[in-house]
Amino acid sequence: MNAVEFQGVGKRFDEWVFRDVDLALPNERTTALVGPSGCGKTTLLQLVNAVQRPDQGVVEVFGEPVPETGLVPFRRRFGYAVQGAGLFPHMTIADNVGLVARLEGWSPDAIRARRRELLDIVGLSEALDGRYPHQLSGGQQQRVGLCRALMLKPRMLLLDEPFAGVDPITRADLYPEFEQLRDHEEVTTLLVTHDVAEAQRLADHLVVMGGGGVVQAGPIDEVIAAPRNAFVRDLLASAL
Amino acid sequence: MKRLIPLALLAVCVPAFAAAQPIVVASKNFNESYILGEVVAQLLEREGFAVDRKLGLGGTKICYDALAVGDVDVYVEYTGTIAEAIKDLDGESTLARLADAVAPDGIEMLPPLGFNNTYAIALAPAVAASRNLRTISDLVPHGDLRVAVSHEFLERNDGWPGLTAIYGFDWTPTGIEHALAYQAIADGAIDGTDAYSTDGELSRDGLVVLADDRGFFPAYLAVPLVRAALDPRAKAVIALIGGTLTDAEMRDMNAAALGGADTATVAADYVARKGLGGGAGPRRVDADGFWSRLAGNTARHLQLVAYALVPATLVAVLLGVAIFKVAWLARGAVYLAGLLQTIPSIALLALLIPLTGIGVLPAVVALFLYALLPILRNTVTALTGIDPTLRRVALAMGLKPAQELRYVFVPLAMPSIVAGVRTAAVISIGTATLAAFIGAGGLGDPIVKGLSLNDTTLILEGAVPAALLAILTELTFEAIERLLTPGHLRAAASTS
Repeated sequence: MNAVEFQGVGKRFDEWVFRDVDLALPNERTTALVGPSGCGKTTLLQLVNAVQRPDQGVVEVFGEPVPETGLVPFRRRFGYAVQGAGLFPHMTIADNVGLVARLEGWSPDAIRARRRELLDIVGLSEALDGRYPHQLSGGQQQRVGLCRALMLKPRMLLLDEPFAGVDPITRADLYPEFEQLRDHEEVTTLLVTHDVAEAQRLADHLVVMGGGGVVQAGPIDEVIAAPRNAFVRDLLASAL
Repeated sequence: MKRLIPLALLAVCVPAFAAAQPIVVASKNFNESYILGEVVAQLLEREGFAVDRKLGLGGTKICYDALAVGDVDVYVEYTGTIAEAIKDLDGESTLARLADAVAPDGIEMLPPLGFNNTYAIALAPAVAASRNLRTISDLVPHGDLRVAVSHEFLERNDGWPGLTAIYGFDWTPTGIEHALAYQAIADGAIDGTDAYSTDGELSRDGLVVLADDRGFFPAYLAVPLVRAALDPRAKAVIALIGGTLTDAEMRDMNAAALGGADTATVAADYVARKGLGGGAGPRRVDADGFWSRLAGNTARHLQLVAYALVPATLVAVLLGVAIFKVAWLARGAVYLAGLLQTIPSIALLALLIPLTGIGVLPAVVALFLYALLPILRNTVTALTGIDPTLRRVALAMGLKPAQELRYVFVPLAMPSIVAGVRTAAVISIGTATLAAFIGAGGLGDPIVKGLSLNDTTLILEGAVPAALLAILTELTFEAIERLLTPGHLRAAASTS
């Protein structure tokens, strides 16, 4: 079973962003979604957890179509992290990470244990739990953002350029920490990025978007070895 | 809000059992009207009636509408004002015609008090004496005199243009602000001006009022207007004043008040001197001491502000939260609240009287409407200004709409919302002083009275505590803001 299947999916705002997308994202893998800005990467990602709804076609997640109602529990089955981390500035680190678990009725002890389990992996000590986001560095905030996304043990993690806007040295530290988290949690990951080198570093599956649809998709080595056309070749070349 | 409902019911029910209620005596907010209000009130008291004074209401429309809806039982009006301003009558306005005009409003006009407070031309006594001027006709050939009249008099048909048509003036006076004219004559800067024939300054400064020998100026006879349904015995008592007051007597009373005498005392002297009413003697309710008056006014002022501000905060915040996601609705609501803000407060109060009567209720309603804008605008602006990334994250995390509001949107918007309430509170404290115009009391009461009496001490008795109250409100809200400021902003403030 695939993690996500797009069947003839299209999305329009004023104009069609993309249409007739048929695409399968394999389970228990990391898929990177690359392409030039404005090609609809983020929109396609948001169709998975129903933050956006398709105007055409069907999106299936773990074998079931995205529901029409009951979206709150559905969305809680996914982890979601974005560029700049998107931490709530008025909440402490502990509250940011633990908010949804609290709303799910977890006990304070369970919340604390799970929070520490995740934050320990990325090397954020308990002393930071009571701090506010602005008191942390950008890299630390992004680590908290990833841990917040994983708090409810989701089967799938949706990442929208989480490593963009972080300086290269910090990013080099973040990659292995993310991999540790991902492997520890055994979570299927969809990573939107404009950075092909990052895709090569972190993903084993690649989807190239452009020109109002998906241009090529497959295991990353195969795509690199045999680009379907000049567009894909040029895009990949930009990273090398 | 709960306590407003009985007030509203009261406003509706009062006419039904008015007989058991004290007689409400009103006046407008200038000296002469205060004095006449006191004369009527004291006369009624001497005859054993209970009286409730609503003196110093803010203008003709407010007094007349309050009488028409039954919130007021009696006040003294002028025939010219009834003909021109209230009923807009054409042609000759006889007393019978005026009485017919007000009758459909359930209002009865009693006989005139005697004096005629109309326009007049007044000259410095030395000038009048040296040129032997006694009538307006005498003045016509004296174009070399320095006569200055109010700008309004220069324009009005019943002012200089009409005067010229009847008397044949071939010269035009200059314009001057009426409030400055008497001082200008006293200083010798001008020789004459237009006046109201009972102005206290005329007798204070010994000015010569020229006789209107061709009968040009319309009559502004003082007449008591009473509710037709008023107890006939009370009407009879008020009618006793009819024909007892000459121009000179009214002018002297105005001069006494102008000189600092209490209007109630001036009225009491008059009632006693004329031997009006029963023998109970002057039964003037003695004014409260300074401190208890101050405490009472301040308490009422705070009450007005609180009754308006608490519901306004609830309504504006809930409305803002409900509609901020729909851009056109949020814009429309803020626009509408802004429109309310542009209605001048006196106009708004006057508009409310037919709906709410006079007193606390319309004042609270007006303050409520004015308080909506700053709170609504701050709420909507703060909520729509929340970082779209945070809104997307909240949605994607699976927060329900109520949870988004409670855990994310409202805490982030809170400092701005509190700032809006703070602005509304300070504005309300200022605006609430105008509530005195519709008999709602508060710190505006001494201000309005002081303005009409030109009594600075009395004005300060209202203005200083109002200013202190505004400052105190600012300080209180600073403390509230500190309490409600989200932790990250507090932490930011302490680390910076």
